[in-house]
Amino acid sequence: MKVYFRTIKDLPVDEYYGPGQLTCAGCGPSIAVRWLLKAAGPDVIVVNATGCIEVTTTSYPYTAWSVPYLHVAFENSAAAASGVESALRVLRRKGILDTKAKVMVIAGDGGTYDIGLQSLSGMLERGHGVLYVLYDNEAYMNTGIQRSGGTPHFAWTTTSPVGSKLKGKVQRKKDIMSIVIGHHIPYAATANIAYPIDLANKVKTALDYLVEGPAFIHVLAPCPPGWRYPEEMTVEIARLATETGYFPLYEWDHGRIRFNPPSNAHFDKSRRKPIIEYLKRQGRFAHLTEEDIKEIEKEIDEYWDYLARLAKAFG
Amino acid sequence: MKQLTWKDLPIGGIIIEPGNARRNITGTWRTERPVIDQDACIRCRICWMYCPEPAILELDKPYVTKSGKKYDVTYEVDYDHCKGCGICAHECPVKAIKMVSEVTG
Repeated sequence: MKVYFRTIKDLPVDEYYGPGQLTCAGCGPSIAVRWLLKAAGPDVIVVNATGCIEVTTTSYPYTAWSVPYLHVAFENSAAAASGVESALRVLRRKGILDTKAKVMVIAGDGGTYDIGLQSLSGMLERGHGVLYVLYDNEAYMNTGIQRSGGTPHFAWTTTSPVGSKLKGKVQRKKDIMSIVIGHHIPYAATANIAYPIDLANKVKTALDYLVEGPAFIHVLAPCPPGWRYPEEMTVEIARLATETGYFPLYEWDHGRIRFNPPSNAHFDKSRRKPIIEYLKRQGRFAHLTEEDIKEIEKEIDEYWDYLARLAKAFG
Repeated sequence: MKQLTWKDLPIGGIIIEPGNARRNITGTWRTERPVIDQDACIRCRICWMYCPEPAILELDKPYVTKSGKKYDVTYEVDYDHCKGCGICAHECPVKAIKMVSEVTG
């Protein structure tokens, strides 16, 4: 990652998103999209899959976007973006259009982990120069909190309820980063709305690499109604996700893996905060017993062992 | 807000004005409003950085605090669009932002 913004004072002032969008108070994805567009600047074409951000920003006859914007269905955002990118490339080659505009997909976890995985995989395989951004609020929040491939183990949703038989979601969260890295693309990174400087630097770096091929950024964006917490806690919970090791910040840059602060110190378990700090603030984990928390802790330790092996092999 | 009919809309239903959602006055959703104490504020930019709307405005308005400290910028709240989530008050490192009830005061 190249450093374009060193401190909070370097961050760009211009806004290309909102205000007036109909997101909930304290919306995490809204912070994510605001920083994506501020970092990318005006020369970007947004392709947006169906999801919270699409529904809340485009209530006709209003739009919260100040950049060219294309809304497509859940499953074909990456395919549509491939088309936009190819069209731009052809128009540039024929000398009809002189633009350096970049194409950016913004899709939720439902549109990436589950429904849009085939079009994402196809886009990465064909090598289109598109930045794909996944904002992960860990369920289908827009339609009423249904579980997705991104929902973590033991999380309550309306389709993974809590009762005498079930204790929230049975399966574990899908490791989308490993799937994406498996396509051998130039750049993939995780980012978090609690670290906007890191997020903005990663977006700028990814947009620079688009001449070589696709790039992918996975942004964690907490959701107050879906995760069941008071809306002023959004940033605190996002920060705890990284500080407890639940959501590490790292990047895959041309076959090298690099961990970004504060996650670079977290290979040592004693440097991570206890996972209970993250879990106890959220109503979707309110049913957890001591054993369940131990199990989640074990899963996170296993994940870090895996990351440590990756870092050793590709660091 | 005036109800639009088909006669008011452009042909094809396109939107010709970028970012016109700012006409949605989402500030009416609020139950508590953030109030910034300009003398306690240290201009760290954190509330501006974390606002989801964005409803914290960075204005080029010089300000001299009571203790004589000079600042080039002032942070103010856009009450037309602030939904009152309270992230700014929660994240403020010097607790210069207070949430005040819209009902009682």
